[in-house]
Amino acid sequence: MSDTIAPPPPPPPSTPPAGEDSSTGWKGGPSAIKLIGGPPPGPAEVEARGICAWFGDHLVLEDVNLVMRPGEVTALIGPSGCGKSTFLRILNRMHELVPGAALDGQILLDGQDIYATGTRAQQIRMRIGMVFQKPNPFPAMNIRENVLSGLKLAKIRCDDKDALVEESLERAGLWREVKDRLHQMGGALSGGQQQRLCIARALAVQPNVLLMDEPCSALDPTSTRRIEDTIDELRGQVTIVIVTHNMQQAQRVSDYCAFFLAAENEPGYLIEQGPTEKMFNDPDDPRTLDYVRGRFG
Amino acid sequence: MSLAESRVPAGVNPPTEVSGNGAGSRRTVAPPTPVRRKPRPRRPREWTSADVWTLVGSVVSAACLNWLVLVRLTTGASWFGFLLCAYATFLVVFYVTTKDRLGKLVAVDRLATVVIVTSAVVVLIPLVLLVAYVLVEGLKALRLTFFVDDQTGITPIMPSTAGGGSHAIVGTVQQVGLALLWSLPLSLACAVFLNETRSRWRRPVRIFVDAMSGLPSIVAGLFIFATLILPFAKSGNPLFGFNGFMASLALAITMIPTITRTVEVVLRLVPDGLREASLAMGASRARTVWSVVFPTARTGMTTAVVLGIARAVGETAPLLFTAFGYDLMNANPFEGPQESLPLFVFRNIRKPDVAAIERGFAGALVLMIIVLALFALARFIGRDKSKQVAKRTRARAAERQARLEARPTVDQESQP
Repeated sequence: MSDTIAPPPPPPPSTPPAGEDSSTGWKGGPSAIKLIGGPPPGPAEVEARGICAWFGDHLVLEDVNLVMRPGEVTALIGPSGCGKSTFLRILNRMHELVPGAALDGQILLDGQDIYATGTRAQQIRMRIGMVFQKPNPFPAMNIRENVLSGLKLAKIRCDDKDALVEESLERAGLWREVKDRLHQMGGALSGGQQQRLCIARALAVQPNVLLMDEPCSALDPTSTRRIEDTIDELRGQVTIVIVTHNMQQAQRVSDYCAFFLAAENEPGYLIEQGPTEKMFNDPDDPRTLDYVRGRFG
Repeated sequence: MSLAESRVPAGVNPPTEVSGNGAGSRRTVAPPTPVRRKPRPRRPREWTSADVWTLVGSVVSAACLNWLVLVRLTTGASWFGFLLCAYATFLVVFYVTTKDRLGKLVAVDRLATVVIVTSAVVVLIPLVLLVAYVLVEGLKALRLTFFVDDQTGITPIMPSTAGGGSHAIVGTVQQVGLALLWSLPLSLACAVFLNETRSRWRRPVRIFVDAMSGLPSIVAGLFIFATLILPFAKSGNPLFGFNGFMASLALAITMIPTITRTVEVVLRLVPDGLREASLAMGASRARTVWSVVFPTARTGMTTAVVLGIARAVGETAPLLFTAFGYDLMNANPFEGPQESLPLFVFRNIRKPDVAAIERGFAGALVLMIIVLALFALARFIGRDKSKQVAKRTRARAAERQARLEARPTVDQESQP
């Protein structure tokens, strides 16, 4: 776990470092590029109501109620095997792709149940992007094609693809490093760059929500910091839900925290949720305090 | 050299200083002259000239000993028996001499090396002989006219260089091309079904494909003959008679399992993370297969297709009762018997005249060259592209550098 060696937490939220990361094209704020057939603009609210999840007959998650407010960064923390990633995958209907997976409850995306009959999973996944634990750029595509792959895959049209590539890479903090080699294969980048390429790829379709499943666990501290900067710059434009095992990272980047815990052979529960400040300094539940202080887990 | 010099004082000084603290008189003692050791690269497993001479000596002594025993002292042995005995003697002599010089460990290692290398050579001999024999025999009849002429007006008394096999080449290309046209979509669909879906029927289908890949190819020909040609024999429809189209169907039956299995293996190598990433961006499953899985597995799939073609090109048995064979050019695969290269070889080799047999060998040589070219094509398509990309990137960087140097003032202004 390289990201646990990150430097002591700077005061959250961290300011984007001046100079080295200053962008040329995109100056923050919502995207100026129009997509045809893409998601509606702006961050969306996601609300989980009574979510339970099974793998086969095995109940892994029970009764999770959580509101992820638009434009905020919500961190899901907790030890391994407590259902955080499962919960995250339920949020954009990736859970149902696992053989034998089942669920109960509702996920409301701006008030609409994404599991309602007649809702297309593809439509939902287009609005709720995802970044995985392991960087997975498409090896058969170059950097530019990787960024634009979402348009092709989700059948979205865009008139100014060059600008979209630049803006997406800029938002992911990768533009300066790759602008001269957009036609190189994505696999030629370093691990941290690949992960930022994946973020750029997810951002190119201009999703309302971005889910991140331990995006930094395979990365070194420098790359981790770049990605945290990126998350910080995206605040207010996209609703971000991030799963992390790194307490400092959760403290640095998130506005709101949810603590999951599972006892031996029992489903995971949402133990406590609240603003990050409160969760880390004065949580109601003693188990939360123990976990965020590193006394177990 | 400079490294050795700089290292010596660092290693020698501390002891003299320590001793100087104890007794002042010792301080003046000159440091011991640095012994310069010339670095000599050692490769512990390398064969020295002595080892090579041991090997040569063992060979010679084993040969001489066996000559003495088998030829001079006894009634003699066949050349093959002589070789076997000499080889066994050689191994013993070589082991004993090496053990005497370098010990048991090295001797066993060397013995194993020699046994493996000689085995490899023995395995290679039939292959080389086969290729060389076809080459020598085929070149007797192979002229450029072979690729242009057919067997029009050829009689048994004509030399083998007269006439050619162009009709067979055309037939092979058409039959295999059509067979690819039928089998490729089916194979790809089957491989996708086996690897990208979660159907309950995958297991039976996979077993069926495996069983089909072991199908004797003559059965494929027989199947087409029995189901499509024989029942329509009286109808007079040329499409259901002996023709290249029927041959392509039989070939497709042999190609489908080969291509399906290879493509399935290649698709299985595509990481699941890529499929998930694609689905998570709102792609449908079909779209994911088409835009992510296929491009990622492209080189492997191309190789699979080329290997399938290479297999079908050399098939003779399925063509016997489908294409049937014909001595003249028939460029229409949908009507009338057609020749193909394997059939051309088969039919000519069986003829009693020497010229025809030589023509058969020429056909075999052309067939071998085609298969070789196909394998080379597969390697070419599946080659490592990273080097080319690096070269192109470097060229672009150099170009950019040249542009920067051409307009230095403009760049300095735009930089801040």
